[in-house]
Amino acid sequence: MNKDIAIKVCAGTGGVASGGEEVLSAFRNSISSAGLEATIYEKCSAHRVGCRGFCAKDVLVDVIINGEKTTYKHIKPDMVARIFDEHIMKGNPVTEWIVGEAYFNFHNKQTKVVLSHCGEIDPEDINAYIAVGGYKAAKKAFASMSPEEIVDVVKSSNLRGRGGAGFPTGIKWELGLRIESDIKYVICNGDEGDPGAFMDRSVMEGDPHAVIEGMIICAKATGSHHGYIYVRAEYPLAVKRLQMAIDQCKQSGFLGNNIFGTDFGFDLKIFQGAGAFVCGEATALMRSIEGKRGMPTPKLWRSAEKGLWDKPTVLNNVETFANIPRIIMNGANWYRNLGTDRSGGTKVFSLSGKVKNTGLIEVPLGVTLRDIIFDIGGGIEGEKSFKALQTGGPSGGCIPAEFLDTEVDYESLAQVGSIMGSGGMVVLDETSCMVNTAKFFLEFTQAESCGKCTPCRIGTKRMLEILERITSGNGKEGDIELLEELGHHIRATSLCGLGMTAPNPVLSTLRYFRNEYESHIRDKKCPAAVCKDLITYSVLEEICNGCGACKRACPADAVRGKRKSPHRIDPEICIKCGTCFDACKFKAIIKI
Amino acid sequence: MVTLKIDGKKVTVRKLSTVLDAARKLDIPIPTLCHHPELSPFGGCRLCLIEIKGYPKPVASCTTFAKEGMEIITASPSLEKLRRTTLELILSDHPKDCMVCERAGDCKLQELAYFYGIRENRFEGERRIYTKKDNNPFVAREMEKCILCGQCVRICDEIQGVGAIDFAYRGLKTKICPPFEKDLDCEFCGQCVSVCPTGALTGKMWAHKGRQNFKEVETVCPYCGCGCNLTLHVWRNEVIRVSSKEDTINEGWLCAKGRFGYGFIHSPDRLAKPLIRTAPKEGVDLNKPQNSSRFTIHDSQFKEVSWDEALDYIAVKLKETKEKYGSDAVGGLSSARCTNEENYLFQKFIRAVIGTNNVDHCARY
Ligand SMILES: Cc1cc2nc3c(=O)[nH]c(=O)nc-3n(C[C@H](O)[C@H](O)[C@H](O)COP(=O)(O)O)c2cc1C
Ligand code: SF4
Ligand code: SF4
Ligand code: FES
Repeated sequence: MNKDIAIKVCAGTGGVASGGEEVLSAFRNSISSAGLEATIYEKCSAHRVGCRGFCAKDVLVDVIINGEKTTYKHIKPDMVARIFDEHIMKGNPVTEWIVGEAYFNFHNKQTKVVLSHCGEIDPEDINAYIAVGGYKAAKKAFASMSPEEIVDVVKSSNLRGRGGAGFPTGIKWELGLRIESDIKYVICNGDEGDPGAFMDRSVMEGDPHAVIEGMIICAKATGSHHGYIYVRAEYPLAVKRLQMAIDQCKQSGFLGNNIFGTDFGFDLKIFQGAGAFVCGEATALMRSIEGKRGMPTPKLWRSAEKGLWDKPTVLNNVETFANIPRIIMNGANWYRNLGTDRSGGTKVFSLSGKVKNTGLIEVPLGVTLRDIIFDIGGGIEGEKSFKALQTGGPSGGCIPAEFLDTEVDYESLAQVGSIMGSGGMVVLDETSCMVNTAKFFLEFTQAESCGKCTPCRIGTKRMLEILERITSGNGKEGDIELLEELGHHIRATSLCGLGMTAPNPVLSTLRYFRNEYESHIRDKKCPAAVCKDLITYSVLEEICNGCGACKRACPADAVRGKRKSPHRIDPEICIKCGTCFDACKFKAIIKI
Repeated sequence: MVTLKIDGKKVTVRKLSTVLDAARKLDIPIPTLCHHPELSPFGGCRLCLIEIKGYPKPVASCTTFAKEGMEIITASPSLEKLRRTTLELILSDHPKDCMVCERAGDCKLQELAYFYGIRENRFEGERRIYTKKDNNPFVAREMEKCILCGQCVRICDEIQGVGAIDFAYRGLKTKICPPFEKDLDCEFCGQCVSVCPTGALTGKMWAHKGRQNFKEVETVCPYCGCGCNLTLHVWRNEVIRVSSKEDTINEGWLCAKGRFGYGFIHSPDRLAKPLIRTAPKEGVDLNKPQNSSRFTIHDSQFKEVSWDEALDYIAVKLKETKEKYGSDAVGGLSSARCTNEENYLFQKFIRAVIGTNNVDHCARY
């Protein structure tokens, strides 16, 4: 009996956190012990694969027998023995653990370019990357393309920077190429400081060679011999895999002196950032590499003229670089046609919040927000209704239902008051308070302000203070106008993108959900019943049957009442934790 | 050279000048708090915003190069409103104790608040509060008054080459401090004090000595041959502060001695007239000094004399010594505090008049 068996275990960060490594070793153990007793397998390997995006279902495991793939979800080490016995040995897949329809919907509506290798190949092995066509693009660029030709291809692919601002990558490279200098740098921005974002992380962990290949091509296009990958130190797995990839490239002659047998040298180093959001900003990032405090510097010069150590520098995002090899291999037209007239290609988003399917997704630019939320995301969780989509990370805005048919690209999102940013998408349903949501994001940006300029350092703090007083029931007439004035002030006067975009969550919610602010201020009510200071919990006596579940659950002893008779919550003692609300099976507790 | 128009007036400036430079050339006032012409561009305070025709939003004039044909507006109702709000924000995180502040009347922030008439503040809120720990005798730091213009950090690094302080923390908690928030322990040149636009950094010895009605007396620093220009702040015949102006040969920079070493002026121990030693103090044995291993001034008796008397006395003694023991029995030691001319004359005197090469100088001839 000859079987060709492959087992793929999700070992991205989500997978590792859910026990991917343990699942992997459980499979290894079963296989090797079985292999010792009877050599019934011709080929069998347990590969470590990077992120496959569908984090809600981690740990995901593919069992492929003679080319037939079965995907299991939520696999724990103690489940491995059964899969091994029933499926691998006896050929009967364990049906109750197999992923359902949602998994296929999630994947089928996407177009995977940047993520195409993630979850499919072993990121720690350069040969796995080469086997899927890796480094062909770089070889092509070195063997048969002039720098101008590379720049032209990138320009006509319509690729725009995936770090947020959407600057056309080809034009950036052209500037880098035109400027004469003894030293030039290529930098990859892998700082990814947005809370909840893990697009770049997944690429660096799941397909590190694609990022490096993109950088090598950029080096050739701009005549640069030195590169840095700036990765936050909180991404140890990304750092480890990138370093392994760099070392393998050096051994293979793809990095170092005389790469691909030419007289061109390119030296690549990793620089670990210490985890400041602002260090993702290009000038702050370069100061950080220089050993200075990561503070943005005024753009008297473009980075392409004077960047790192005042030398011409081309800086791109991880995803931007990872697109490059595909563009070189498949041609500019292919990429361009994937997107809209204004922006080519696909974009990776991290879809989270109140949708059924959460995780990383990759879609062509130009799909509608509705497609993303209702097809790929599978719609809103529970029987709730959609309220808003927050895009662009902490400095993005909230988009209401009326704009769900917006086709996603840089300009269209800006038009509706949000941004593309690095690709965060948080779905909010009717249980989300928009004032509280705005406060949540502003808390982050104001704390991460580098402190250099007045509007961002003090202005965002003052906005936050106003929001705090509104959500705690102390809002005053005029607060909305003050928020608007401050928001526009900070946007207009800040030095860098952090300050310029920090008011977005507030300004966009004021634009679309102004009535919620008004209820908080005038009626002292939180319509979504989220803001603690504005809600009270009480028992509906007609429904309460006195089961006592709430009383037992309450950590503050605020529930009064005898068994089998209606209970009552003492508002003086209640700490509004909501435990009773969740504990009551009869929906007898209400919050208003 | 590039020519541009500011508020309707044409001006030609050198390439790589900023719009602010160009406006200053025309004497057009643009408020600034973080700009310093000798330090690297910073762009932090955001007060110097101006409008450029064709630009979507205001830009900071201190960090924008002047370009050929630019048309610039430095004051408009919307610009003034932005500046006012920025000032309000700065003041909302600033103690209101101008009354007792060392820099009142000499503070750029106070002056701007005055010009913009800011009395009420719409943005009152949390302020930074710090505990003081300054055990040095020179620099007093009241960091609540700091507006984070970064001039102290830049001057310390870029001009002084010391780097004793930098920014720390993020958000509203950002502050300027020595490494690990330790006590300041540096050269104490006080360059930071000289550029601080507010009362955050002051000289410790300035405290409670007077802020108004002092006379400014221009002089030259007596400490070394560099000859830095000093401005003495004199009040009731007492020097209460020393500063230096930007348009001097030393560009306003001073060292610790020039800036803070003025205590000797009014010291009771200071020699103001020449003294001639007449005899050892009573009971002092010249071979056994009293207080230390060396024979000092405190072991002697002196007579106050005029300069003529003193010089005559020296001339006589030198002549006697030379005649009796020969030229090489005399040596001359001069000082780096003297000017080049004085030092030249001194060595000439020793060589040509006394006739010996025994001449040196604390910084060597
Ligand atoms: C506050 C702030 C944070 C940023 N963080 C990131 C980041 O984490 N990753 C990133 O690629 N770009 C980030 N950017 C954008 C970069 O400044 C820069 O535009 C981008 O890396 C350029 O690469 P691209 O053209 O490939 O997008 C940030 C910008 C700002 C203002
Ligand atoms: S906008 Fe904020 S983060 Fe950017 S330079 Fe100003 S203070 Fe720093
Ligand atoms: S201490 Fe003074 S000079 Fe230094 S940053 Fe603060 S205000 Fe500016
Ligand atoms: S003087 Fe230009 S920003 Fe401060």
